[in-house]
Amino acid sequence: MSARGLLLDEDDIRRALTRIAHEIIERDKGAAGLVLVGIANRGDHIARRLADEIERIEGTAVPVGVLDITFYRDDIGLRAEAPEVHETRIDVGINDRTVVLVDDVLFTGRTIRAAMDALTDFGRPARIRLAVLVDRGHRELPIRADFVGKNVPTRRSDDVSVRVRELDGDDAVLVREALTSEVTR
Amino acid sequence: MNRHVLSMHDLTADDVTRVLDTAESFREVGSRVIKKVPALRGRTVVNFFLENSTRTRISFELAAKRLSADVINFAAGGSSVSKGESLKDTALTLQAMGADAIVIRHSSSGSPLQLTGWVDGHVLNAGDGTHEHPTQALLDLYTMRERLGRLEGLRVAIVGDVLHSRVARSLSFGLVKMGADVTLIGPPTLIPPDAPAWGVHVNYDIDGVIPKLDVCYMLRVQRERQRLEYFPSVREYNRLFGLTATRADALPEGSLIMHPGPMNRGVEIDSDVADLPQAVIEEQVTNGIAVRMSLLYLLLGGGGGSEPAAGRDEVEVLRD
Repeated sequence: MSARGLLLDEDDIRRALTRIAHEIIERDKGAAGLVLVGIANRGDHIARRLADEIERIEGTAVPVGVLDITFYRDDIGLRAEAPEVHETRIDVGINDRTVVLVDDVLFTGRTIRAAMDALTDFGRPARIRLAVLVDRGHRELPIRADFVGKNVPTRRSDDVSVRVRELDGDDAVLVREALTSEVTR
Repeated sequence: MNRHVLSMHDLTADDVTRVLDTAESFREVGSRVIKKVPALRGRTVVNFFLENSTRTRISFELAAKRLSADVINFAAGGSSVSKGESLKDTALTLQAMGADAIVIRHSSSGSPLQLTGWVDGHVLNAGDGTHEHPTQALLDLYTMRERLGRLEGLRVAIVGDVLHSRVARSLSFGLVKMGADVTLIGPPTLIPPDAPAWGVHVNYDIDGVIPKLDVCYMLRVQRERQRLEYFPSVREYNRLFGLTATRADALPEGSLIMHPGPMNRGVEIDSDVADLPQAVIEEQVTNGIAVRMSLLYLLLGGGGGSEPAAGRDEVEVLRD
């Protein structure tokens, strides 16, 4: 592994989220019936910021939930240790509402598949949309994002990591290139 | 984590914390309209109960089903066991059918350990003789931590027939491991002579201890396990060691009354006391499902073994 490159800094992230907030309310002509659901462990913080931004723009408070997709993963039992579980909390009904799933990085799409399965256990949303801070490509499932902060071409073996101040102390998106082109998976 | 859970000694303090933390997520699952997640789809869990049990078997069954595992209930009556098949042959049969985990209850202490030598799956002890009952201890620890916010430093009395109680053994080991202060109370005939070696206190006077407790844990008087008369009469037992209304009044504000069930109302616990708001006996049952889900998930959710217990980074990379 070589040095980390800074992809987005704090200001870039703020601008991207402001734009996504505008796009979300533009798409559905307002924030009525909207629920943001962030995927743990970083998507929930991004969802909360989007909700704050939407409230600032529209004056409408948008409910925010957090979803842990661990129990819906397709690789349970394939790895040596059971994956760590985070909190799930969706306090509002999602039936017939527009749910925007929020995650930090879109990669294979497997997390989003799991998240959609999980959401259907909570109810039947009118529609599900997807907002991500970074889309790094390499999809393994037919899934695409509706709102993207930044599209980043990467190698599959690269490591893209998002830092959020709530958990990591600062806001940044970093890419770490693999030293060799060897695919680590 | 250890491959099998036969005793509280198989779990480190960190393991216990992990089981309890993960159980919190399963409590949330249990509060949904759809109380089921696909985590253990395609796995097979065998409930191998060679001793009567309703609550533990149902709790394990529900836990496995809510994880989407396939569950087979195998009891002594009406099975090959009643035709004289040995424990080993029955175990090998379950093994041949591809059980990923076997939950065993048996009247002989140590039978779960024997089972581990015969099967490849995970073995979970659901109570063996007078030895241990670790999942009961874990659900009790969960209930205490949830209600009181901590385990370290908690003052807990375990009252009654400690000698025959696998619950008391597992719970004592678990509480001591987590830094609680445990006192065993009961007639001298029903306190095991080696109890001080567990790291607990022993006291024969319940009234002196009660005003200083965070948790008063009452044990069932297990007449079916007592081969001798260990105390003169049930009435005397109730007078000397039962949790009466007067004693319940003497418990400090905010303390809990617990019981592993099934209760003998009027023997170890007075009927009115069992229905007090600080008696969290039904909560223990609800938490039992979440804790058993947690344990099954942590044991069966790993074990792929194709990669080493990799660093967090790698997990993060594979996650979107």
